[in-house]
Amino acid sequence: MTAAALGDGRTATQDLVRAGAASTVGFDKVSVAYRGAVVLKPLTLEVAAGEILAMIGPSGSGKTTALRAVAGFVRPVSGRIRVGGTDVTDLPPYERGLAMVVQNYALFPHMRVADNVAFGLRARGAARTLIESRVDDALGVVGMRTFRKRYPRELSGGQQQRVAIARALAVRPRVLLLDEPLSALDAQIRRSMVEEIARLHADLPDLTILYVTHDQSEALTLADRIAILKDGALCAVGRTADLYRRPPNRFAAEFLGRANLLPVVIEDDRSVGGMVAVRAGADRLLVAGDGAPAGTRRLLCVRPQHLTLTAELGYSNRIGGRLRQVHWQGELTHLVAEVGDSLVRIVATRLPALPERGGAVDMFFAPGDASLIPEEAGV
Amino acid sequence: MSDLAAAPAAARPNLNGLWVAPPLIVLALSFLYPLALIARSAVLGETGAPDWSGVLATLDSRPFLNALLNTGEIAVASTAGCLALGLALALILAFVPFPGAPLAARLIDTFIALPTFLITLAFTFLYGSAGILNGALTQGFGLAEPPVHFLYSAWGVILAEVTVYSPFVLRPLLAAFSLIDQSQIEVAGLLGARPWRIVRSVILPAALPAAIAGGSLCLLLTVNEFGIVLFIGAKGVITLPLLIYDKAIQESDYQAACVIAIVNVALSLGLFGLYRVAARRLGG
Repeated sequence: MTAAALGDGRTATQDLVRAGAASTVGFDKVSVAYRGAVVLKPLTLEVAAGEILAMIGPSGSGKTTALRAVAGFVRPVSGRIRVGGTDVTDLPPYERGLAMVVQNYALFPHMRVADNVAFGLRARGAARTLIESRVDDALGVVGMRTFRKRYPRELSGGQQQRVAIARALAVRPRVLLLDEPLSALDAQIRRSMVEEIARLHADLPDLTILYVTHDQSEALTLADRIAILKDGALCAVGRTADLYRRPPNRFAAEFLGRANLLPVVIEDDRSVGGMVAVRAGADRLLVAGDGAPAGTRRLLCVRPQHLTLTAELGYSNRIGGRLRQVHWQGELTHLVAEVGDSLVRIVATRLPALPERGGAVDMFFAPGDASLIPEEAGV
Repeated sequence: MSDLAAAPAAARPNLNGLWVAPPLIVLALSFLYPLALIARSAVLGETGAPDWSGVLATLDSRPFLNALLNTGEIAVASTAGCLALGLALALILAFVPFPGAPLAARLIDTFIALPTFLITLAFTFLYGSAGILNGALTQGFGLAEPPVHFLYSAWGVILAEVTVYSPFVLRPLLAAFSLIDQSQIEVAGLLGARPWRIVRSVILPAALPAAIAGGSLCLLLTVNEFGIVLFIGAKGVITLPLLIYDKAIQESDYQAACVIAIVNVALSLGLFGLYRVAARRLGG
């Protein structure tokens, strides 16, 4: 959507902001089971008002189940769900005051765009004049005013998703639930829609959004906080940048950003400026300490894009390895080096010349770009 | 090389069009020829010459007009009943989760396989003069006469036809419901729509072509229904098929029977044509 297209929507957006009642979402030990099989283990999580919380995780992690429990599509076997302080666990979906956008848009095919957007308002018994103004506002927000008479089949995937968002916004929900909303779109439109949703939330700062996705880049771009689920349990939760920079466990590190994890031993726990010395094979490195005493085994977590092949100012840590793979991809070059028994991935943005496969390679990183995480397996 | 490849292909005659011949021959022998014979018998009098006055007399006769009216009324009422019952059952089976739903759907399906007289016979045992209901009422209340007589009226015919033909509406509706995107229903609910609004605004529009197809089939079948009307033997309830039977078998008036048969066929084909037009317009 272009800025020009947004022009007529700005006023409408501000209307939506004024009307939006910021609501929190609370999971209080919420557990869901299907035919006795637990698919969501007791989940306790708070979503702040006006926050975008992304729930990410692999298939079967329970993220969509958690969202469906908030929507009222599945009944928790235990625990309570609160929206804006109200316990909604026993309320039917139509009394929860929420709205949802799903992967396949779920537009009503026999209704024109305007009728789709008006659906929720009509269902809630809104007056005709209010419906007309709200539909106009919502379509303006997503830049689809000129498409109001079209049927969904006459729209592209991206346009249909905009209509689905407009339909959800028109009812001014307490919380907007987004269930993999961009998964059905191709990569280019998906990137554009991520930017649109980010812009939308910037315009609607009071709107609380619970965003379920398996795409970490969507989560990193949009979310204020990220909750990572695995096997039906909450594995990690935190502010997006914190979780990315300091993942609390192995799964969070690998799932969010595919971090390199090297086994190290804390060699000297005397902190100097928060840094401790660790040993990785023959290399001695300085990294942010986690309070563990000397001799403790840890995993050194460093992102592929934080490694360079040249010693630069501040990149005081060096790891030696042997280069196994080199993949030039235009703007980026992906390299894989063997360090001891581990493989380390490097994403380089600029290389004077492509290094030879099989040769020795030195990799450098800044102490502040690495963290230590517990070595326990399975988490 | 190209000459060699092109020459035999150009010389080979295209015989694909001949595949249409066998079905056309079967259709002609089994339907068109007998229909032509009936049409011929409808027009020709006893002398073998065209007798248009006989045709007009039949079409203007009170029994024919009554039968035409009865046929229309019973067919429309039965079809409406089938649509109402079929829709209610389909909604329950598709959207109200209960453990025996698939079994119940299959049991209802078996009605399609049963001969129509069997349902009628069962109705006689249930609601007939000497049936269970009347027996219980006469004994229970000490009545001299059985109080329930609806079975021997047009209502009895309609009830039997609704029972027999509802699965013809139920089955396509269940198929259509299974194709509705569940997320549309869920999103509608979350937007504030209560169950009846979801049925009215989301489910029924999606299932309209299936309802029209099932309803049209019911209308066609009930227009031509013979066994149920004959078996119930309702007083004064004569439909077109029954009148054809009366004219041909009871009165040996073959010309009148053939005239009425032609009207019956025209009615059926007309309804079928309407169904096709409706189905095409609704994308069914």
